[in-house]
Amino acid sequence: MKYSIRQSILARVVRLAWLPLCLVLVACHVDMYDQPKYKPNDVSNFFPDGRAMQPPPANTVPLNSYNPNSPLMTGRVEGQLADQLPPEIKLDAALLAHGQSRYNAFCAPCHGLVGDGQGVIAYRGPMTVPSLHQDRLRTVPIGYFFDVITNGIGRMYSYAARIPPEDRWAIAAYIRALQLSQNTDVALLSEAELERVKAGR
Amino acid sequence: MSAQIFPRNANAIFLASLFGLVMLIVGTIAAMVGFYLSPWYTDVGVAKAQPVPFSHKHHVSELKIDCRYCHATVEKAAHAGFPATETCMSCHSQVWTTSPLLEVVRTSYQTGEPVVWNRIYDLPDFVYFNHSIHIAKGIGCSSCHGRIDQQQLAAKAQPLYMGWCLGCHRAPEDHIRPREEVFNMEWDVNSLSLAERQQLVKEYQIPTDGRLTNCFVCHR
Ligand code: HEC
Ligand code: HEC
Ligand code: HEC
Ligand code: HEC
Ligand code: HEC
Ligand code: HEC
Repeated sequence: MKYSIRQSILARVVRLAWLPLCLVLVACHVDMYDQPKYKPNDVSNFFPDGRAMQPPPANTVPLNSYNPNSPLMTGRVEGQLADQLPPEIKLDAALLAHGQSRYNAFCAPCHGLVGDGQGVIAYRGPMTVPSLHQDRLRTVPIGYFFDVITNGIGRMYSYAARIPPEDRWAIAAYIRALQLSQNTDVALLSEAELERVKAGR
Repeated sequence: MSAQIFPRNANAIFLASLFGLVMLIVGTIAAMVGFYLSPWYTDVGVAKAQPVPFSHKHHVSELKIDCRYCHATVEKAAHAGFPATETCMSCHSQVWTTSPLLEVVRTSYQTGEPVVWNRIYDLPDFVYFNHSIHIAKGIGCSSCHGRIDQQQLAAKAQPLYMGWCLGCHRAPEDHIRPREEVFNMEWDVNSLSLAERQQLVKEYQIPTDGRLTNCFVCHR
């Protein structure tokens, strides 16, 4: 009697003996982890430059309603720098707030948060960065800033690849606001505004 | 009376070896689970060698450069992306121009051959992930990537296990912050009370009915 109970326990244990084999299965499933497809930033051995993410050929334009020659995309009206925001861009507080966040991310490291050319990188040197508060830059048409961001100038690189045209206009508008903030006649400020300026100091 | 073929202690040996066998199986499983969760397997906290010893601590914490300067697509696209060589050169054409550490970057700029960074965070190909939705709904970089601004060489802060994704998808109020603070590395979740965070979840219209844990959200 005792004997057979023990036998059936043993038989049960033996029946489950395949379980440890599962451990072997767990580790062998990398096929779906690395599927034969490209994801952004992958390395490719098909293209000669090794990039899965091929840069678009020169002069490519987006396939939608964009007109590549419109003021929105070029900053120019009939070949001259635009002196107004293009019709697609509406000037309001949201645009300036958006411009501020872009300016602080992309321009402030060099031009400084207020545009005085004393950003962290410029301050540490040896790169020197001009102030945005020169008389010349106060009077240029607004399209000039768009043009500088798009094409770069002198030692400054183009930011066209990282900042889409709408954002470039937002930055240009914000630069105008910065210029106003650094060059306002004290007599024009109201009493309350004066208090805030003093408190800010 | 038949002869005794088993010695007297046979019962004890049998029980001991049965016990040993069970312990061996339990031990093997425990060791494998432990290994699965340990940095040897997950690479958490293990810095990888890079072609250029790029330091986030230096560029983010000390020079205060915004994440978007280099990872420009993070708000709009699924992928945050790696900076192009021009991005480095916009500064390094003028600062530290002779540093031997930057030789690789300068060569890449001249020849057009990209710098190949070693990926640190890499999900399996059967998982769909999208940065832009998380940024738009107030999930900060540091919630997932840790204090990368304190790392000389970048290392993983998360093993990226499914349970971790699900944990937040079940209870986003434990991690959420105002949208403006997404890029702030020093943000502390507890600076808002739970009620305020639940309010944010409502304001950003994050579904709390369990929809976010449906399999097809991430496996599509
Ligand atoms: C890496 C540093 C750096 C960054 C970032 C940078 N700039 Fe510049 N910027 C410069 C330098 C250097 C010059 C001077 C170029 C020259 O004259 O050679 C300059 C010049 C300018 C000028 C003046 C051009 C003139 O006519 O004098 C404008 C306007 C300008 N930048 C706007 C911007 C805007 C807008 C951004 C952000 C999208 C930006 N910059 C980001 C370094 C930078
Ligand atoms: C000056 C450019 C620059 C800035 C600013 C920057 N990064 Fe990076 N980042 C890089 C480079 C280059 C790499 C690739 C090399 C590496 O992994 O260290 C990288 C890698 C990463 C990675 C690892 C990606 C992977 O899977 O390999 C994460 C995560 C990351 N950055 C997050 C951030 C965050 C968050 C910020 C803002 C706080 C930031 N970065 C700011 C240049 C930058
Ligand atoms: C906004 C400007 C800026 C950008 C963009 C930038 N750097 Fe730097 N980087 C600096 C400055 C400034 C220093 C030197 C800081 C100091 O004075 O110690 C530096 C230092 C370095 C060093 C250390 C050099 C040495 O010899 O110690 C490396 C390596 C480096 N950067 C790599 C990169 C890479 C790679 C990129 C592109 C992903 C990049 N940097 C983008 C400004 C920048
Ligand atoms: C919800 C979690 C989460 C948040 C928030 C997050 N990331 Fe990521 N990040 C990931 C995951 C997961 C990956 C791996 C993606 C993959 O393998 O496809 C990744 C990958 C990256 C990479 C590598 C390149 C790429 O695009 O795959 C960079 C760079 C990066 N993140 C930067 C950032 C920055 C900057 C922020 C903040 C603006 C941020 N991440 C916010 C989870 C997150
Ligand atoms: C710290 C919190 C957090 C973590 C960690 C996190 N998520 Fe999310 N995720 C969110 C929130 C919040 C949303 C926004 C949901 C919404 O409003 O639709 C979201 C949305 C998503 C969406 C889009 C859902 C849709 O509606 O289509 C995907 C896909 C996703 N997450 C994948 C992942 C994956 C994969 C991981 C793990 C690698 C992950 N998430 C980790 C918080 C998180
Ligand atoms: C929030 C995103 C998310 C959701 C929702 C999600 N998963 Fe996953 N899943 C992941 C990630 C990330 C991984 C990769 C984990 C890893 O690398 O080990 C994964 C891996 C897996 C794996 C492979 C495990 C392995 O190691 O081979 C299976 C199977 C799986 N998920 C099933 C499911 C099922 C079933 C559901 C629905 C109940 C689900 N997942 C919902 C993110 C998710």
